[in-house]
Amino acid sequence: MSRQARVPAPPLATPRGIGIHDQVLFALVLAAAVATLISGFVALAPNRLVSGVPASLWISAGAAFTAAIIVTALLLLAVSMSPQHPAALAAAALLAGAWLLLTVAALGYAARTLIVDAPPAARVSAGPAFWVVAVCAALAFVNALQRLRAGLVLMTAAVAALCGGIILFAITGAFDALSIVREYAARRMLFGAALVRHVALVAGSVGPALLVGFPLGIAAARKPRLQGPLFAVLNLLQTVPSIALFGLLIVPLSALAAALPRLAAIGVGGIGPAPAIIALVLYALLPIVRNTVTGLAGVAPAVIDAARGMGLTRAQIFRRVELPLSLPILVAGLRIVTVQTIGLAVVAALIGAGGLGTFVFEGLGQYALDLVLLGALPAIGLALAADFVLHMLSALLPGARRG
Amino acid sequence: MSGRAWFATPLLWVGLLFAALLLRMDLLRPVFRWAFPETTPLIYDRASFLELFVAHLTLVAVAGFGAAAVGVALAIFVTRPAGGQFRTMVGTLAAVGQTFPPVAVLAVAVPAIGFGARPTVIALFVYGLLPIIENAVAGLEGVPHDVREAADGVGLSSRQRLFAVELPLAAPVILAGIRVSVTIAIGTATIGSTVGALTLGTPIFDGLVANKLPFVIEGAVLVALFAILTDMLFARLDHWLRRRRGL
Repeated sequence: MSRQARVPAPPLATPRGIGIHDQVLFALVLAAAVATLISGFVALAPNRLVSGVPASLWISAGAAFTAAIIVTALLLLAVSMSPQHPAALAAAALLAGAWLLLTVAALGYAARTLIVDAPPAARVSAGPAFWVVAVCAALAFVNALQRLRAGLVLMTAAVAALCGGIILFAITGAFDALSIVREYAARRMLFGAALVRHVALVAGSVGPALLVGFPLGIAAARKPRLQGPLFAVLNLLQTVPSIALFGLLIVPLSALAAALPRLAAIGVGGIGPAPAIIALVLYALLPIVRNTVTGLAGVAPAVIDAARGMGLTRAQIFRRVELPLSLPILVAGLRIVTVQTIGLAVVAALIGAGGLGTFVFEGLGQYALDLVLLGALPAIGLALAADFVLHMLSALLPGARRG
Repeated sequence: MSGRAWFATPLLWVGLLFAALLLRMDLLRPVFRWAFPETTPLIYDRASFLELFVAHLTLVAVAGFGAAAVGVALAIFVTRPAGGQFRTMVGTLAAVGQTFPPVAVLAVAVPAIGFGARPTVIALFVYGLLPIIENAVAGLEGVPHDVREAADGVGLSSRQRLFAVELPLAAPVILAGIRVSVTIAIGTATIGSTVGALTLGTPIFDGLVANKLPFVIEGAVLVALFAILTDMLFARLDHWLRRRRGL
């Protein structure tokens, strides 16, 4: 997987005059329009266990929000058909941001107004049209920033401003009538505990995996003969589906706990965090070892020769030359592993390890789909946040190549 | 594989072991009885393992072929002049999409589509597109500039150049993307049992719920062998492709 591949900036359309200059923006607005016309913006259900009746944007969110969203979309359409001056691109970014915030605010408003006339058990959740419009708006925002060739600082500031806006809505209670927020309100304590447990599972797996994987990677980089068998084993482990590995670890661990009561006393057993963490560590090893080997192998031999010529010892060469030069690739490995582990830890809930997966599988079991989302959406958010932060970190490293 | 007889390959042995366990798991009953004397039944009996495997394979194959066809077509589109504007957005989508946990994608597909095999296939398809697009774009863009110019020089049309030059050269990279995609699909389909799809993961979940460890082991071993066997087949395919290209 070449996840760390840098995406080049899109070519600016050169022709002038009327025409579709930004095909991407045009397509995004069109997709959002089609979704709004053919599917529900929200769904109203009599209780939390049945699927709701869809309601369109104009019926659920009122005339003001509908008009504002349509006008913003039309303005974006106009921008996509005008020549791509920097001013037009900046306008596209601002409009797309406004489009996203308006859509999110409209969702909260629709939920608040629909719930007023509904029986107490009724639930309002986001419909397909909301998700499509929100995703299209977010993509239009990113597209505009990429076309502006926004640097690291601008990109971060823009994303932070948008997230800040949505968090502000949430704090002021704009989403309180939404079904997923009510699932959250009913489990405030449990949610906090699950989130903490999830992060603990990830940290508790990535940490040990680094402690094992990094030295293994260094050894493999020094002795290329090791690489064949080592990667064969790690690849094999990576191939085995997570739930199968969790299942296979139950047996030896419960046997171990039965044989050594002292281990059982500290929580080691066939079910629970112990098999989960062991499996997560095993999965994390491949990316860490692979990136360590790639990073160290990428240091030019001439640089090492020069360092040796300056009289540096082997340990000094490693610390002052090889490590800093390979750091961007090592951090990329850490990013891949963290994102992967956040996802796999969801599955670990099936063997009683806790975490956000608890809500996902509990929700699937009860057919309570907003409970599923209460687990799945934070897991996605956590993965995106980890990816973003570690991307920024590797871009800020002194040795990072400017993309 | 030159110098080694075909019957000495791990592929064959893993394949035979998988087939044997799939068809005659009941032969291991004495082993399970020794290890779990209190559990009955010892062998999963709500569906035959063969039936579960065929259902699992169907899910993965439908989603995998679909994702490969659509993913490669999309990659071709964004690497042609007509689709060039979409190149960056598609690359961003593929990269960001892969940070989504596959389980979360599967779980989110359920409210939109419902329970059963359908949401599983659709989630597998959508998620499976991402590594295929990413690799196919990288493969097509990795074709050296002078090779492309040479193809134009000998008078190939752009369509001929695509099919006779670019796609064959990019084939190993594209295949690597399909391999990642299918590996993820096998694992995610296993979890599809929790949304009502029938797969080799079904015994694992039934076993976890009913606290019957033998079911868990049977399902887990078969799923693991299925995934490993598939990966070995891809390795063989990759070997063949590269040899044909004389690499």
